[in-house]
Amino acid sequence: MDKRYAIPSGDFTHAGQASSEIKRLLKQLNIPPKIIKRVVVSLYEAEVNVVAHSLGGEVLCSIDSEHIKITVSDRGPGIPDVGLAMSEGYSTASQEVREMGFGAGMGLPNMRNNSDEMDIKTSPEGTSIFMNISFKEN
Amino acid sequence: MTLREVLDNVKGEVICGEDQLDHSVELGFATDLMSEVLTILDDDILLITGLSNIQSIRTAEMSDITQILFVRGKMPTPNMIELAKENNIVLMTTQFSMFKTSYLLYDKGLSPIY
Repeated sequence: MDKRYAIPSGDFTHAGQASSEIKRLLKQLNIPPKIIKRVVVSLYEAEVNVVAHSLGGEVLCSIDSEHIKITVSDRGPGIPDVGLAMSEGYSTASQEVREMGFGAGMGLPNMRNNSDEMDIKTSPEGTSIFMNISFKEN
Repeated sequence: MTLREVLDNVKGEVICGEDQLDHSVELGFATDLMSEVLTILDDDILLITGLSNIQSIRTAEMSDITQILFVRGKMPTPNMIELAKENNIVLMTTQFSMFKTSYLLYDKGLSPIY
């Protein structure tokens, strides 16, 4: 099953809508709550990143009986230094983003910690983040 | 500590979720930083925050947090209350500061996460 959601740039009122819908869907599929939390925390952080840092993008969630594969892609301007962006505490967020309770440099590390697999491809034309989360509890 | 006792201890008032005030909560976490909330593995915590915007409700939703206490008299907007009701999240408010609120609840037995 594939689910696709558009994420407008700068629209904080809608950040989290995709995560909210995916949460409801995974509950209906009887996925364990701890796994659902890992999925929606990762997805929500990704949504906030697209709203906060990009020119807009989309989320594609592919769900089968064993995994959810999430691809979050945006239209730029890219992450200049992925290594720095992955270190906790580093952030380029604006004051507006910080006022929304984000921009503490914890988003990408938190996504990595909640995913079984994560891959980032970035250029000035856009960033694509792939995350894979297994439905099996460790 | 039940949510009713939380309210008594901080002279607070409930904004929505009156029917859930007998729910008991053992752990508290105080922050305005939603990214920090999203790193917490425990679910059933009382979130104490001065951040009153739609993202505080969304963060609670994603973190399976079912009770938020706003400090410094912060009042959620109607769309925040609507989203909280959709997700069965109890919203409460107190006039006290985050520091005083945390002290009062810690003193009465609400435990920290870290």
